[in-house]
Amino acid sequence: MENLLYIALFAPLVGSIFAAFFANYPKKLITGLFTSAMLGLSMIASLVLLSWVITGNVVHVRMLDWIVIGNLNVPFGFVVDQVSATMMVVVTIVSTMVHIHSIGYMDSDKSFNRFFSYLSAFVFSMMILVMSDNFAGLFIGWEGVGLCSWLLIGFWYHKEDKPLVKDLYNSPFSTLSPHSSISPAFAANEAFITNRVADLAMLVGMFLIYWNLGSLQYDEVFANISSLNTSTVVAIAIFLFIGAMGKSAQFPFNQWLANAMEGPTPVSALIHAATMVTAGVYLVIRANEIYTVVPEVGAFIAGLGAFVAMFAASQALVATNMKKIIAFSTLSQLGYMFVAAGLGAYWVALFHLATHAFFKSVLFLGAGNVMHAMNDEINIKKMGGLYKHMPRTGLIMILASIALAGIFPFAGFFSKDLILEVAFGSGSYIIWSVLWITAGLTAFYSFRLIMYVFFGKEKYHEYGYHPHETYGFVIAAMAPLAILSIVAGWTQAGFTNMVTSILPPLNVHVDNATLWMLIIVTTAIVLVGIGFAVFKHKKDEAYFGEALKNRFCYKLLANQYYMPLFFEKVVLKPYLAISRFSWKEIDLKIVDTIVDAIAKTIYTTGNESRVMQTRNLSTALRWMAFGLLVLLILAILLVSNN
Amino acid sequence: MMLNDYLILSSILFCIGLIGVIRRKNLLMLFFASEIMLNAVNVGLAAISKFHGDLDGQMFAFFIIAVAASEVAIGLGLLIMTYKRKNSLSLDNLQSMGG
Repeated sequence: MENLLYIALFAPLVGSIFAAFFANYPKKLITGLFTSAMLGLSMIASLVLLSWVITGNVVHVRMLDWIVIGNLNVPFGFVVDQVSATMMVVVTIVSTMVHIHSIGYMDSDKSFNRFFSYLSAFVFSMMILVMSDNFAGLFIGWEGVGLCSWLLIGFWYHKEDKPLVKDLYNSPFSTLSPHSSISPAFAANEAFITNRVADLAMLVGMFLIYWNLGSLQYDEVFANISSLNTSTVVAIAIFLFIGAMGKSAQFPFNQWLANAMEGPTPVSALIHAATMVTAGVYLVIRANEIYTVVPEVGAFIAGLGAFVAMFAASQALVATNMKKIIAFSTLSQLGYMFVAAGLGAYWVALFHLATHAFFKSVLFLGAGNVMHAMNDEINIKKMGGLYKHMPRTGLIMILASIALAGIFPFAGFFSKDLILEVAFGSGSYIIWSVLWITAGLTAFYSFRLIMYVFFGKEKYHEYGYHPHETYGFVIAAMAPLAILSIVAGWTQAGFTNMVTSILPPLNVHVDNATLWMLIIVTTAIVLVGIGFAVFKHKKDEAYFGEALKNRFCYKLLANQYYMPLFFEKVVLKPYLAISRFSWKEIDLKIVDTIVDAIAKTIYTTGNESRVMQTRNLSTALRWMAFGLLVLLILAILLVSNN
Repeated sequence: MMLNDYLILSSILFCIGLIGVIRRKNLLMLFFASEIMLNAVNVGLAAISKFHGDLDGQMFAFFIIAVAASEVAIGLGLLIMTYKRKNSLSLDNLQSMGG
């Protein structure tokens, strides 16, 4: 089993290094095939490991010592238990399919090889993150995925910055414009820097753990966490959660996720939907023993999660940027996961994480197919009637949207309803109602997207697009994910059995009648959302009248609650001003002056004393004798003074 | 005789050597002067060694004599080469390393 663990972990790294050798060459198909094959290998190894841990076994290896200084002993250790095996399987399945899909998607990109190198490096980092048996290893993976995310969001770094115009339909801050962000380079830096800010908090959390418990190993930390006083545990829990907020793009760190849509679409599918952004949820699940000690932090997490679920879903209502709609949806679903995790239903959060990974990644991949067919058009209002031309992509996206909306018997139904049940059962009626409304909104915006893209009038003719279905193998890569987004929910009983061996069981008791009521009520609002989206589109081909478009609320949603503008004006501008001030005033005028003065003194002294050198040995010897004399006198003076 | 007398002798010899190094223009003479300085030190070392009853100083003097001998052997060889090339050993004529 140990060997399988190493294969699962290192196969992506091998693929990445292999592809990296060809980074500067023109497209070589072999890099795509080889990395996909390595990912496939990793996936098989993970599945075997899952079947091993499902029976209650745990694989725990200590590969080698890493940091051994004084009392600090951090090994490179890996653990495959029920939680990490679930994560590994989800990550490897999604990333294998995304790799295969990318062979088609990046077909004509000149940096084909580089792309696969980054993508596999990302999977390797993600595997480190989920498999590590200590916080330090988790942090390495955490930073690794952040780095790969930066590389991949900014993959088309050569694109120019867009001007910051006020026009709602062209501003890079608006979800109605064709631009996802100012530029890929800007989006990449934004994601990276936002994460650094949050990671600082996470580091502080880790330092606190080490300080108080003297170890970073999960086993030891969780075994001794209850021996600390509550305020320390609260501090640890909060700091770790701030780290999770950064990675999972929770408010107020949410802005980078929507802007990260500048990256290639398979990247959005893999990193910004299925895997990396769920790392924050994974952290909370992994550290559940810390959070169970301090339920007040859990309550905050749940509250924030519910807020983000609604906050993000509302922005998706009016957006016409296809990828941003799906990104907001991801954000909203992450909110759901945090609600579950915050309320103590950790395995429910993990379950939703898994099912969400499948349907959201396939939704993104489908969006990639559509954009490819439309020459990278991103505005859903310029599409329409594509179902005729791309029936297979259309079918898969519809299935994924149904799963996202949560209709029985699709995957989303099981996991999302469970979260609503948890919220209701634990007495958090406000959270429940927020999530309930959000479920309706989710159904609406998902099908608004489907209707705009695949049905109705074919508007793309005016823009000169000629849509075509993508390659067969790309669809074949999406098919397993589509199937999983249908059937993943059926494994609920088995999944529960498996993960509750290390995660706390559900402590929610809802009687049968209430349970049925909840299911009916939720399904009803979902159906209303879908029905409104479908029929309104059939009738008017549009959702929001012209009058509404001039209202403040519409502009508020389209401008993403003015958050990008706020950050631009309140954070970036003043920061730039401070930086400029420190450069021009402090650095140039004070620091540089001092350094220059030292250099100038030395230079002048040298220049002045050059006359000593006459190239006559006799003179030099005299100077030497003179110097000797001076030193002698100095020495005598020093000795006599003492 | 006291230790001081030897040390004064040593200092006088050293100063003579130093003045030679400073004043002389002929390379050969410079060599002689430096030999005088080395031997001045030797006198001092031997004297201190004798008066303190410690043989280290005399041993050191032997080392210096050995080093000085080999130095003179090489130095004289170089001097002969220089003389053959430049036809002179005056320092005023040996100014090829101008800065």
